[in-house]
Amino acid sequence: MTVIHPDLEKTEAKMRASGVSVYYGDKKAIDDVSIDIPAEYVTAFIGPSGCGKSTFLRTMNRMNDTIPSARVEGTIELDGENIYTSNMDVVQLRARVGMVFQKPNPFPKSIYDNIAYGPRIHGLAESKDDVDEVVERSLRRAGLWEEVKDRLTDSGTALSGGQQQRLCIARAIAVDPEVILMDEPCSALDPIATAKIEELINELSGRFAIVIVTHSMQQAARVSQRTAFFHLGKMVEYGQTSNIFTNPIEQRTQDYITGRYG
Amino acid sequence: MSPISLILIAVGLGLAGWLAARAKAWSFQQDAGVRRMASRPNYHAWYVALWVVIPTLLFVIIWLILSPQLVIQSVLASDAASSLPAFGFQRDAILSEAQAVASGNAIGVFNPDAQLFVEPFRDAMSRYNWIGIIVSITIAFACGLFAFLKLRPDFSARTRVERTVMVILLLASLVAILTTFGIFASLVFETFRFFGMVNPIDFLFGTFWGPDPMSNAANPDASRYGAIPLFWGTIYIGAVIAMIVAIPLGLMSAIYLTQYANPRVRAWVKPMLEILAGVPTVVYGYFAALTVAPAIRDFAFSIGLTNASSESALAAGLVMGVMIIPFVSSMADDSIAAVPSAMRDGSLAMGATTSETIRKVLIPAALPGIVAGVMLAISRAIGETMIVVMAAGAAANLTANPLEAMTTVTFQIVAMLTGEGSFDHPATLSAFALGFVLFLVTLGLNFIALRVVKRFREAYE
Repeated sequence: MTVIHPDLEKTEAKMRASGVSVYYGDKKAIDDVSIDIPAEYVTAFIGPSGCGKSTFLRTMNRMNDTIPSARVEGTIELDGENIYTSNMDVVQLRARVGMVFQKPNPFPKSIYDNIAYGPRIHGLAESKDDVDEVVERSLRRAGLWEEVKDRLTDSGTALSGGQQQRLCIARAIAVDPEVILMDEPCSALDPIATAKIEELINELSGRFAIVIVTHSMQQAARVSQRTAFFHLGKMVEYGQTSNIFTNPIEQRTQDYITGRYG
Repeated sequence: MSPISLILIAVGLGLAGWLAARAKAWSFQQDAGVRRMASRPNYHAWYVALWVVIPTLLFVIIWLILSPQLVIQSVLASDAASSLPAFGFQRDAILSEAQAVASGNAIGVFNPDAQLFVEPFRDAMSRYNWIGIIVSITIAFACGLFAFLKLRPDFSARTRVERTVMVILLLASLVAILTTFGIFASLVFETFRFFGMVNPIDFLFGTFWGPDPMSNAANPDASRYGAIPLFWGTIYIGAVIAMIVAIPLGLMSAIYLTQYANPRVRAWVKPMLEILAGVPTVVYGYFAALTVAPAIRDFAFSIGLTNASSESALAAGLVMGVMIIPFVSSMADDSIAAVPSAMRDGSLAMGATTSETIRKVLIPAALPGIVAGVMLAISRAIGETMIVVMAAGAAANLTANPLEAMTTVTFQIVAMLTGEGSFDHPATLSAFALGFVLFLVTLGLNFIALRVVKRFREAYE
């Protein structure tokens, strides 16, 4: 089963998965994963393609609900409350657990409206001044304000790939979530845009619990404090990032981080 | 000898050329080896076959057009021709009767004068038939030989065959376009004849429509050719009433089908909607005239409106709207489905509900496609004929009351062309002017719609 590094400091779990299995139809994509996600750190999920790390990420704000054949077993708690009960409101859950996708997906609206979208639907900002303020604050936090402040009415799709992804991050933090899930946020970006996103993740950590799925081990090493290694739908090893990369316990982890496969 | 046999000769010789060329190419391949051949033997075969068939068929087509003229010329040059009446009706009647007998389409002659010409016709026809056959065969052999002699192991038959195929495909696609131009030209011609009799200003801006096919054609009363009531009726029925029905229902069904319906429901409902598009419009016409129109009239009576007509714009428009639903819904369905699912996921992940996602992200993103679908639907609705013929009535009323009878451009085209007026009467010719206006309007709508769709596609690729 999962090897948890013994020297992993005990922290309070912002989110806690217990015995989570995910099925697509009859196919088991995730097998009995249990993990605590701390509030103050960046947690990275690494592993080869198809290992289930993205699937697991999507269970954490119930985005798998949009796939009709997907079925989840086990419990995932947010602040001690199971999100897979029938009285959990998915809309509120997703306002608390935001998500950034692999490919930047700004809405075909102005930059301003992209950011204002979430606060408006959740009633977080009613007056024009409130919305203006949320937009500016979110764009500043995402490090995009200086680049776009003169063209807030331009379409969000007109930005460069890296700017679009930072816009999506700004959009996610505009509703003031507690957790941000990032599903390979840099895989469609060039190295310079990637560096900017990583810098941003560093700045945001501490304020939000961040979970990032990544293909790049270097990226995991650069941005995260905790790392979980997934393989074939199982979580193989979980520990402090520095320990996972320097002293892996499991042979499979060792093989993956030294580039034997994946 | 019929045209069929000439065509069969061409095809038969083509087949022979195909086989001969293939045999020759095979022998090249045996001698020189596969690697030295620029093209596979089948391409050599097709090269020769196309050289045989295409020129021969071209000749056959030209010959079929030309030979009847040649036959008549030679008959007129015969001795019997001197007894023909000088010109006109009688002369043509005699000749065509004689020709019918000569070619075996009629048993005996009605007019005894025609009997004289049966023999000359028979002679001339058989002579020209033989000429046709001999020339076809000569052309086939000449061209076939020309092509056959060009065959070499390094002869690039493939590129030539491919190019020929491309040209044939191009010609096929040109047929539809040229037909459109032909339609346009014939409409323009008749329209100008009409505008020579009735001032276009009176036609386009007059408010009274009542052409009298029995009036004096030389001096038409232009004030009876005001088409505004027709344009109004067309727009009111096709673009207002029908769209009030079709846009909301079509859009809502598209939203349900793309966003809410589970795959099993979708697999049933979508084909059902598409079947609706295949129902002949005349069937909708019955429904409008026999069921909907009386129901509307009775309803109007029951709420105290005594002037309701049994033919009403409302009945025609409602049924037309139902007919248009599948168009709107399938265009909207396509455009909503074309919005990347990342967009939808992005919105849902923000904590938006499904309906918020649809209203604020999917519909705005799909809007250009939806608008284009609506425009195509309008252009179809205003060109629709049968429903309005059966349900809307013939009275050219300029009114906004949907319970009154109204008439449309298409209805009046039918009425004018099937009326009793002679063909060069302005009442009849007005049908072409109406058709011309309708053609321009639908062409414009389709053009704009296609431009919009194209820009929309580019936005997501």
